[in-house]
Amino acid sequence: MATFIPSSPVAHEQLGRGGGVTEPPVRGGGDDGQGDDGSDYVGRLRRARLGVAVAIAAVVMIFVSLTSAYIVRQGLPTFDSPSSSYVRDWGEVSLPLALLMVNTAVLLISSLTMEGARRSITRQSALAPVRSIPGVSLGEEWRFPWLGLTVVLGIGFLAGQCLAWSELRRRGFFIPTNPNSSFVYLFTGVHAIHLAGGVVALLWAGLTSLLHKPLESRRIVIDVTAWYWHFMALLWIYVFALLQFAR
Amino acid sequence: MATTATLHSHAPQGFIRKYIFSLDHKVIGLQYFFLALTAVWVGMFLSLLMRIHLVWPTASLPLVGEIRPEMYLSLLTMHGTIMVFFVLTTAPQGGFGNYFLPIQIGAPDMAFPVLNMLSFWTTFVGFVLILAAFFVSGGAPLHGWTGYPPLSAVQSAGPGEGLGADLWIASIAIFCIASLMGALNFITTTLDLRAKGMTLMRMPLTVWSWFITAILGLLAFGVLLSAGILLLMDRNLGTSFYVPLIVVNGQILGHKGGSPLLWQHLFWFFGHPEVYIAILPGMGVTSQVLSTFSRKPIFGYKAMVYAMLSIGFLGFMVWGHHMFMSGMSPYSAFAFSLLTMCIGVPSAIKTFNWLGTMWKGRIRFYTPMLFAIGFVSLFVSGGLSGPFLAQPVLDIQLHDTYFVVGHFHLIMGVAAIFGIFAATYYWFPKMFGRMMNEGLGKAHFWLTFIGTYAIFMPMHYLGMAGGTRRYSQYTEVAYLQKLMPIHSFMTYAAIITIASQFIFVINLFWSMFKGPKASDNPWESTTLEWTTATPPPHDNFGGRTPVVNHGPYEYGVPGTAKGFIMQNDPASTPAH
Repeated sequence: MATFIPSSPVAHEQLGRGGGVTEPPVRGGGDDGQGDDGSDYVGRLRRARLGVAVAIAAVVMIFVSLTSAYIVRQGLPTFDSPSSSYVRDWGEVSLPLALLMVNTAVLLISSLTMEGARRSITRQSALAPVRSIPGVSLGEEWRFPWLGLTVVLGIGFLAGQCLAWSELRRRGFFIPTNPNSSFVYLFTGVHAIHLAGGVVALLWAGLTSLLHKPLESRRIVIDVTAWYWHFMALLWIYVFALLQFAR
Repeated sequence: MATTATLHSHAPQGFIRKYIFSLDHKVIGLQYFFLALTAVWVGMFLSLLMRIHLVWPTASLPLVGEIRPEMYLSLLTMHGTIMVFFVLTTAPQGGFGNYFLPIQIGAPDMAFPVLNMLSFWTTFVGFVLILAAFFVSGGAPLHGWTGYPPLSAVQSAGPGEGLGADLWIASIAIFCIASLMGALNFITTTLDLRAKGMTLMRMPLTVWSWFITAILGLLAFGVLLSAGILLLMDRNLGTSFYVPLIVVNGQILGHKGGSPLLWQHLFWFFGHPEVYIAILPGMGVTSQVLSTFSRKPIFGYKAMVYAMLSIGFLGFMVWGHHMFMSGMSPYSAFAFSLLTMCIGVPSAIKTFNWLGTMWKGRIRFYTPMLFAIGFVSLFVSGGLSGPFLAQPVLDIQLHDTYFVVGHFHLIMGVAAIFGIFAATYYWFPKMFGRMMNEGLGKAHFWLTFIGTYAIFMPMHYLGMAGGTRRYSQYTEVAYLQKLMPIHSFMTYAAIITIASQFIFVINLFWSMFKGPKASDNPWESTTLEWTTATPPPHDNFGGRTPVVNHGPYEYGVPGTAKGFIMQNDPASTPAH
């Protein structure tokens, strides 16, 4: 009886996840807290990174769909009764460019400080086994507060966005003023909500330090938040460019 | 059998953490299952009210009294929404996928258990919100499950389009977020937590189906979420994404320039993949069950995998075929039509492979097998009307008729439900440690199988005869009078079919407590869930980690004592 399924042992070099040479780690099912004891932390880091990559794909789809709506709505004509003709109703928005440039700089700098936090905790993790050897001391080193600085800059960016919205309102551009202004608020708002999620993750990372969670767990939180944060910075540049140059 | 005993984790003891806010994928799977079971009864009750109203339009019905046209549209909307989201998406993926994907790949749990729990409770909140729409001022919305603006985007467009419609949109948006969290977990778990030896091409087809469904969900639900946000803004913030210059009740509203077509594009970019989100897990279960009960390897395993991947891929390119009636360039319509018919190729591959699997098999006609065969039958019957509707010229004639209702109920509704039933009867022993009653199961199958055909096949004739859909009262339409006997027949069939579902529920709950004890592998299946205890322990394999040496469907193997090979049998076991 024929089958397409290979039954012979599969060569190791052909295996992806699910086939490796080493025995797979066993961790408990949910509820057991096994995931926090530092065992299989390389696997947990890999899974967390994969999870963030998948989450980023979902966020990309949200912005892709918003972008398609932006482009389609931009080209739609509307019927103008007085002239009995179809006209473009897209409208103009005067963006507070200087303020948005400052916000962009703040976010980009926060991306750098986030990378600093990620590298710092990676270094700590790498040195942890050495520190644990009895009699070995690497001395107390002063650590720059990368994480705290990133939180401050992240909140600063969000505050800057609030200022930008106030400035837009002061200039007479509200959400329903015209389709262009609707999309400006929509894009910046949805981005801000996603970035606020990143700030919450950073605060959680800080909390894990205060709660004396294992170094490995802290590293995982900071590492994946860093990747998400970099993506948020890139996404903002995309949003800003779209709103400024494709209007 | 190579296993490694290392850690043995302990299950939580408290009721709250064990059964309510559990992180165990099996408990979460059961929570999804029972949520969907509740939802399906709500959805069925609504359809029963509609069917009774169509035949006896002036009858006063329990709970609702006499059904007015607006209420009929509300019933229609809520039936569709609850069934599509909280049954067809929730049960196969959230329920069975959650319970069995980790076990079938040899993992102790999902990759992110906390996210898994959040995903379920978010879905639960979405379900509560949509039910709440029944009880607010104005009642439930009447814009259909597709929520087309401007009806859905204007609060004054009708009763139910006020707070009820806002709750509807909020519920869908929350459901999207929950589904995205679930998809993230399914994809990461499948890619990263497979046991040693569980290569991609050794995964059971159920796992493939859940994995592909998760990818579809990841790419589709974000788009619906965006569309929903725009709709909420149009309704509440005065924007004009979807709403053109419009007059309602003699008053010009403040909107202008928006396009209802924009919503349709965004909605159907989600909506068509959603069809496959509902049906793909059923395909996986059918493959698993047909192979097991035919005692033969699945015919063309790789072809089945590639067919599912093709269906998923093509599913993102055909949304325009839902919009032939909405105004579309003939060139676009041609492209969407051609791509839609292309889906017939992988669908045919799957169908012939299922038949090939059964061909000359030693078939065991247990209830799961009957429902799997029923799935194939419904998939063919419902699928064959697809190429008709894929033709723009024919679709313009048939689109607003019962032909479409018959088509999508057979292929997306009932076929997917048969997949859920096959999964329930097949995995019940593993989930609850007891066997379901075969006699009741067979009675349930035949009544449901004949009953659903009796409901939905006549709809095709009704549609071809010009029977329009969405009307609340056909007795007032002269040219439709001659079709009323068909409506009566369908209503009687619906009453009998719905009544026969009590057999299932009685069997389910009776067997849960009183059914005969099940062995660890009552169906003599080969995949990993049948290698562990019944029901599975907290960490799935009791501290062991399975090592996989074989493909998932090694049945009818000559030279073996059992005649089949479990996936974790030693590599030296002779196989095909």
